[in-house]
Amino acid sequence: MAKYLAKRIFYIILTLFIVTTVTFFLMKFMPGTPLTNQAKLSPSQIHQIYKQYGLDKPLWQQYLSYLAGVVHGNFGTSFQFSDQPVSYLIGSRLGPSLTIGGEAMVVGVIIGIIVGSIGAVKQDTWVDTATTIISILGVSIPSFVLAVLLQYYLGLKLRLFPIADWGGFMYTVLPTLALAASPFAETARFMRTEMVDVLSSDYIELAKAKGLNKVGIIYHHALRNSLIPIVTIVGPLAVNIMTGSMVVENIFSIPGIGEQFVKSILTNDYPTIMGLAIVYCAMLCVVLLITDILYGLIDPRIRINK
Amino acid sequence: MENSKNILEVRNLKINFNTYAGKVQAIRDVSFDLQKGETLAIVGESGSGKSVTTRSIMGLNAPNADIAGGTIMFKDQDLLKKTRKQMDEIRGRDIAEIFQDPMTSLDPTMKIGKQIAEPLVIHKGMKREKAMAQALEMMKLVGIENAEKRINDYPHQFSGGMRQRIVIAIALVNYPEILIADEPTTALDVTIQAQILDLMKELQTKTNTSIIFITHDLGVVAGMADRVAVMYAGKIVEYGTVDEIFYNPKHPYTWGLLNSMPTMDTSGTELPSIPGTPPDLLNPPKGDAFAARNKYALKIDTEQEPPFFKVSDTHYAATWLLDPHAPKVTPPDQIIERQKHFAKLTHETIHSNRGKHIEEEEQL
Amino acid sequence: MADNSKSFSTGDFLPLSDADRSHLDSEKITAPSQTFLQDSWRRLRHNKAAMICLVILIILFILSFGSHFFQTHNPNATNPDLANLPPKIPGLDINGFNGTLMQSGERINAYAQAHAHAGTYYILGTDYLGRDLFSRILFGTRISLTIALVASFFDLAFGVVYGIISGWLGGWVDTLMQRIIEIILSIPNLVVMVLLIVVLKPGMSAIIIAIAITSWINMARLVRAQTLELKNQEFILAARTLGESSFKIAFKHLLPNLSSVIIINLMFTIPTAIFFEAFLSYIGIGVSAPQASLGTLISDGQKNFQFLPYQMWYPAIVLSIIMIAFNILGDGLRDAFDPKSNRK
Ligand SMILES: Nc1ncnc2c1ncn2[C@@H]1O[C@H](COP(=O)(O)OP(=O)(O)OP(=O)(O)O)[C@@H](O)[C@H]1O
Ligand SMILES: [Mg+2]
Repeated sequence: MAKYLAKRIFYIILTLFIVTTVTFFLMKFMPGTPLTNQAKLSPSQIHQIYKQYGLDKPLWQQYLSYLAGVVHGNFGTSFQFSDQPVSYLIGSRLGPSLTIGGEAMVVGVIIGIIVGSIGAVKQDTWVDTATTIISILGVSIPSFVLAVLLQYYLGLKLRLFPIADWGGFMYTVLPTLALAASPFAETARFMRTEMVDVLSSDYIELAKAKGLNKVGIIYHHALRNSLIPIVTIVGPLAVNIMTGSMVVENIFSIPGIGEQFVKSILTNDYPTIMGLAIVYCAMLCVVLLITDILYGLIDPRIRINK
Repeated sequence: MENSKNILEVRNLKINFNTYAGKVQAIRDVSFDLQKGETLAIVGESGSGKSVTTRSIMGLNAPNADIAGGTIMFKDQDLLKKTRKQMDEIRGRDIAEIFQDPMTSLDPTMKIGKQIAEPLVIHKGMKREKAMAQALEMMKLVGIENAEKRINDYPHQFSGGMRQRIVIAIALVNYPEILIADEPTTALDVTIQAQILDLMKELQTKTNTSIIFITHDLGVVAGMADRVAVMYAGKIVEYGTVDEIFYNPKHPYTWGLLNSMPTMDTSGTELPSIPGTPPDLLNPPKGDAFAARNKYALKIDTEQEPPFFKVSDTHYAATWLLDPHAPKVTPPDQIIERQKHFAKLTHETIHSNRGKHIEEEEQL
Repeated sequence: MADNSKSFSTGDFLPLSDADRSHLDSEKITAPSQTFLQDSWRRLRHNKAAMICLVILIILFILSFGSHFFQTHNPNATNPDLANLPPKIPGLDINGFNGTLMQSGERINAYAQAHAHAGTYYILGTDYLGRDLFSRILFGTRISLTIALVASFFDLAFGVVYGIISGWLGGWVDTLMQRIIEIILSIPNLVVMVLLIVVLKPGMSAIIIAIAITSWINMARLVRAQTLELKNQEFILAARTLGESSFKIAFKHLLPNLSSVIIINLMFTIPTAIFFEAFLSYIGIGVSAPQASLGTLISDGQKNFQFLPYQMWYPAIVLSIIMIAFNILGDGLRDAFDPKSNRK
């Protein structure tokens, strides 16, 4: 186990190193500078600002100091908000994003599991068709469309929830729903396939031969066996949620990292873009590590000791 | 043929499957009996309908199955008329089944002790502790060493042979009256096969369970079964005692099966397998379904299905070759050898100690 | 079960002649033997939903790529006088399609108010610059479908080749190639796309490159897994011992057997790629103005959603239909190619 962990962490560090390096050099090719109105500044002022950002040093020195900074959680200073360190910007915005992201994951996966199992158990009936249609809609309708519709109909028309801003649970409901659609639909589809597979497996046949009734078969054998593989899709679902959060946070004006990412892209705030890119990768790596370990713990067939 | 010793009587069973391509006539009028304490082997090529037959006894046919006719009488009750709930009660208590592939027939995420105890909990409402104790007994009975420790292991921690023992333990834990074994050794190594078969025989003498033993390998049948039914294309074409089928077979299909069975004489030479493939059960041919592959086919085979001809009180075969009008045909050499052997057997009237000769056969 | 020997004419009991036998055999051969692809196609044809989706997609392809010939207006021509006009379809007098609009509780004729000529029709209305929404949606659809084609191309060109090489060569090459994939997998696609687009400047070519770089990973993994499986099968081993070149084996034996995996996976790459294009355009780093993409149309329409909901609804519906159609068709193909799986 320790060896496995060490190996995995080594790969995570390698990944983050590659991402940091690639983003650093990509961004260095960019024509943009921290100076939005360069023309009005005197050469000495420009030099001053360059010095402030460390841009006067040779490239390799800039790279090394950036790398050293990243190790210590320092991503430099934002171009957009010139007095704010990127790490502070990200840190202060992580909370809302993790909140709605986490909520969306939990809500989506749980409802997805329920709907997917119902579809599988009622295979080839109208119930199955209905759940299939819902999950097809869920994977097909883009989050930004859904977010707008939810905002307009549940927020503006019915006034059930606040339509934007951040401040307490009620504010998280609509963004969570908009974000949860994709993980819900993916989980439901995955769960249905798994469960249908399991239900036609030999050991379910044996369970029937034992005289177990339908409820017993599902409860004692089918559910656990089809739930375990769900863990493997949590990583991809997290990616979906990260993607969705960029637009959903924007639409609901949530002060999260997704909204910041979009803003930074639109304003060419390279240090923030780089910092967020690294943070997104790190989050995904952690999710993947946790789910892999979890998978090893709950599936008796897998023992992590390689 | 009504017999009080019969524990199971299948009569005129007809099963079709509705598929995209049309109606697959998988079982076309099958009848047989199973007597208390005996082992009945059903042999036949792949697709002949062995599994479908046993599945309908268990009440576990695929959803697209349509039972077009017949009865399956068990203790004076027709299993085909039972509700799903009633069948749940019979399955695992009175009739149990062992499947072909032990690698996939155990729940990979449940400890084996619990899996063995499950039928006790379901049918006897036993408390966990008591059921586990009994499961432990059962594990010892089927020869799992170190049972106390292994009761909490998961299936993947056992070898194929051990897993099949566990499946047998599950099947027998309620001492069922009928055990259906659907190719229980096909997926195992030859040495393990023998061990599992020995175990089944041993347990049968202890529990007096009747066994329906399905296989497409006649070699296994000799040491295992009391009687044999040969199936082809959804029908039984010949049935009789093990000696009758092995040493006095009458149906050309049985000849073919026996010829393709390895013995000492044939080792080294190519085994003659039956040429051709079974008919398409979507629209079975007119007459004898085996005719197209049958070297000895008669004209009438293409026109009319052969009825069962009586060979002895226990031995019947459905082939026109047994009709008085039929020309005399010479069976393959190996079959003639077998029939000579049979003549000798009946001459010595040694039906009573058949076992000895079976052993000889195996040593041949 | 009893013997019932009725009497038949002795002629019946003659052994079967060779002629009769060949007749029997020929009867057997008439049973339709279908190739795998034919068989799959037959199953797909039985899947109504998938067939409907296939037809919808074909229609959308024809409409959007042929739109030069019947689009009523230039998709990029602005006409500020005729901005924000509601849909008006000739001869249809239903609110919502007759050029009228609710304004402060009253239904007014927006076309008359904008002093449009009598024969002016915008069947899906106009946007805030007076551009014809219908033509713009057709153009946006064309972009989405172009992306679909491009993504498929790269999926095949990179993903399949990468997968085959990795699986076929095995050994350290495979290990290395798999490590690379693992690393790419732990970087969210979105991050890669955004970085590339920021570097390359937003636009169709940046999107295409971004999609090319991110879309092939799944294909590569599945193709590799299947190749590993096929590699040790008899017909491949036979071809190898016969000394056929690896290249020939790959094309003659491997590809046909990989076809179902490839086609199924392709059908799941496509909607993802379409989604990402719309997504990037929606947040403003996709296709650049004045070109229309379904993403930019939705983004524009959303600003006016409260008052002119049709401006978002129509592009959103078209985008959703494209996504739904590809997803259902993908599911249908999976079922058709893999009859074992009971997936809907
Ligand atoms: N659910 C089903 N739908 C359609 N056809 C079926 C179904 N189940 C079985 N069949 C058909 O019924 C016939 C008999 O199948 P069965 O499984 O009983 O064969 P078997 O004798 O057990 O063969 P094997 O030795 O391969 O196990 C086969 O032709 C098979 O294709
Ligand atoms: Mg079978």
